[in-house]
Amino acid sequence: MFEVIFLQFLNGLDKGAAYALIALGLTLVFGTLGVVNFAHGALFMLGAFCAVMFRQFLTLETVTIDPTQTSPWGAPLEIRTPLVQAWFGDFGAVLVNYSVPFSILITIPIMLLVGIALERGIIKHFYKRPHAEQILVTFGLAIVAQEVIKSIFGPNPIPQPMPTDLRGAADIGSWIGFQANVITYPLWRLIYFLFSVIIIGGVFAFLQFTTFGMVVRAGMADRETVGLLGINIDRRFTIMFGLAAVVAGMAGVMYTPLLPPNYHLGMDFLVLSFVVVVVGGMGSLPGAVAAGFLLGILQSFASMTQIKAIVPGIDQIIIYLVAVVILLVRPRGLMGRRGVMEN
Amino acid sequence: MKLLKSGMSRRRVLQTGMAGIIGSGVAPMMFTKGAWAQEFCNNPTGDTVTLGLNLPLTGAYAEEGADEQKAYELAIAHLNGEGDGGLINVLTPSALKGNGILGKKVGFVTSDSQTKSDVARAGATRMIERDGAIMITGGSSSGEAIAVQGLCQEMGVIFMAGLTHSNDTTGKDKRRYGFRHFFNAYQSGTALGPVLSEAYGTDRRAYHLTADYTWGWTQEESIKNTTEGLGWDTVEAVRTPLGAGDFSQFLTPVLNSGADVLILNHYGNDMVNSLTQAVQFGMRDRQANGKDFQIVVPLFSELMAKGAGENIKGIYGTSNWHWNLQDPGSIAFTKSFGAAYGSPPSQAAHTCYVQTLLYADAVERAGTFYPPEVIKALEGHEFDGMGNGRTLYRAEDHQCMKSVLVVQGNDAPTSEYDVLNVVQEVQRDTVDYDASIFGGELGPAEPAPVCA
Repeated sequence: MFEVIFLQFLNGLDKGAAYALIALGLTLVFGTLGVVNFAHGALFMLGAFCAVMFRQFLTLETVTIDPTQTSPWGAPLEIRTPLVQAWFGDFGAVLVNYSVPFSILITIPIMLLVGIALERGIIKHFYKRPHAEQILVTFGLAIVAQEVIKSIFGPNPIPQPMPTDLRGAADIGSWIGFQANVITYPLWRLIYFLFSVIIIGGVFAFLQFTTFGMVVRAGMADRETVGLLGINIDRRFTIMFGLAAVVAGMAGVMYTPLLPPNYHLGMDFLVLSFVVVVVGGMGSLPGAVAAGFLLGILQSFASMTQIKAIVPGIDQIIIYLVAVVILLVRPRGLMGRRGVMEN
Repeated sequence: MKLLKSGMSRRRVLQTGMAGIIGSGVAPMMFTKGAWAQEFCNNPTGDTVTLGLNLPLTGAYAEEGADEQKAYELAIAHLNGEGDGGLINVLTPSALKGNGILGKKVGFVTSDSQTKSDVARAGATRMIERDGAIMITGGSSSGEAIAVQGLCQEMGVIFMAGLTHSNDTTGKDKRRYGFRHFFNAYQSGTALGPVLSEAYGTDRRAYHLTADYTWGWTQEESIKNTTEGLGWDTVEAVRTPLGAGDFSQFLTPVLNSGADVLILNHYGNDMVNSLTQAVQFGMRDRQANGKDFQIVVPLFSELMAKGAGENIKGIYGTSNWHWNLQDPGSIAFTKSFGAAYGSPPSQAAHTCYVQTLLYADAVERAGTFYPPEVIKALEGHEFDGMGNGRTLYRAEDHQCMKSVLVVQGNDAPTSEYDVLNVVQEVQRDTVDYDASIFGGELGPAEPAPVCA
């Protein structure tokens, strides 16, 4: 039984990692700018499509038609030559194989630019408007992003293979003294969990130990006073919006081998992530991370057949059930500041 | 009074009046029944006839929907005398002339069902009421098929189902106005059983993951009946939501469940995701109960196999049709489709193409678009040349009875489309069954409802 519970716990951690990463970005934006950003799921989706775009670029082919031959289905025979491999040989093959992790390198600048452009172009005009208007405009932005991606890449999911060396399962049981093949877990899911821990740790360290981070934290606590000190807090908050977009984008990139991305990917995660933020406490970064992992683990355990035998369908409602209970008992969330979104 | 006195008695007036009423009203109903019968839903009066294509262009089965659309457009082109004629040249018997249907040019309207039953039903309603569709066809989910054929029965419009594999479509939910060319879950089980027994033996423990809707339920039931009949135990059967995406929380319990076979009652993107994730969990490299762990996908398609890539290698399943069959019908359709679109057709494309031709042929044979006559022409009709051997449109349940393919993921594909090998073509009489075992009532054909 221990191995069953341990596996569900691992599964909860990897589900929670995705929730925590998206919720972290959402909380950064709410905590700094006070904006309820319904376009944040779309940023996750855009990141995933950076990986798709990068792979499509790496797998560009020259197609020549051989008029003397036909395929078994009657079309003229196409001879395809991959360009990157033709140009760079073995290194080209490595690039294609590791296209998902390498695509992070292009995702960071792209998402930073997208985030800054979004904040400067649209969101800044809604800082002093009611939350309902912010939700409407950011939800509208999410729909626009979705439709743009749909028109470019089509409606269907586009599988992104993980590197061949990282496929298959790791025998975790043998690492902790169990027999071989008793506790195995997909290697990429473990990598995703570690990746999320590194990103979350990096964001906390950035806010905690850098001057920029200290100023941002001060601005989150008292924006006006920081402004009166002659610090351009708006510029820093714009960069924070960009940083939140980068975090969401990287989370999207690394998720692509687990779930082939389609234009709807962001919406699939958006509602769940908002629940995570509300449960964690609006504006609380540790709360968002803790709630992400907590809800991921609860959802995973609720999927066990033993649990479903007692409460059928619990796996589909557990997250919302927890949210209802938290909001009733502690309206500001697990780690929310007193007074924030309580009324 | 004067008038009466001059020859028109009261009796004469009444007689004349009665004769007039009878002559103008009742008699035509008695003697020109056919003329009334032609007043039916969307009776095409101009020189074109419109077919309503209800396609899952988005959602879990979007790949199939896109291929279905290509097939319909090709079939309509062939019906209108364009292109190489495709299967019109090999269908026997055939009343098709390549000049449309009953001399009317065939047009079409489309609706994206989003792989959702309620959207499919709303789309079909719109195409019937607004666009004047004489026949509705398409779909890649049994939920959609059952919802739409119920609607078509109410509105008096024939529904030629696309890809639908649930036993219920031509079982408990069958309708007089609904027709299915595709095979069903029961036939998958019958065809697959002997192959599984030979490959994996009779001492196995199976774990089912099942899409939680009509198709998944009936496939799970049929495959369980088959495998338990072989002597296998069923460890667990877990329902998963359609379009779940991440199946990891359903896969982790499989690992230590004591099962040594995972049966995925999933289709479309769900199947691509669940199979890919099962392989990521190392299930194909596992040993359980002293045996190699195996995965079975009872309903396969080439599009899914292509999406799942090398994860599909060696896995058994069943198919309605496959493009590399070597009968004249399959060769003709594959070449025609390949020349038009640069890739071979899927089984979803094949069944939709065939359904369009069969409807057109039935109308030609009936000599009218009047649905009850077309239904009569389809019921009990036997034909050949469409790639599945000699086929009967069974009158009792509107299920096409034909051979079924057992397929296996290709270990050494020569192209991205060469993903499945046909292991066995199970003959029609082997997968035949009594139409009454799944219950249901077809309902009446007449009086044909008038939709507007």
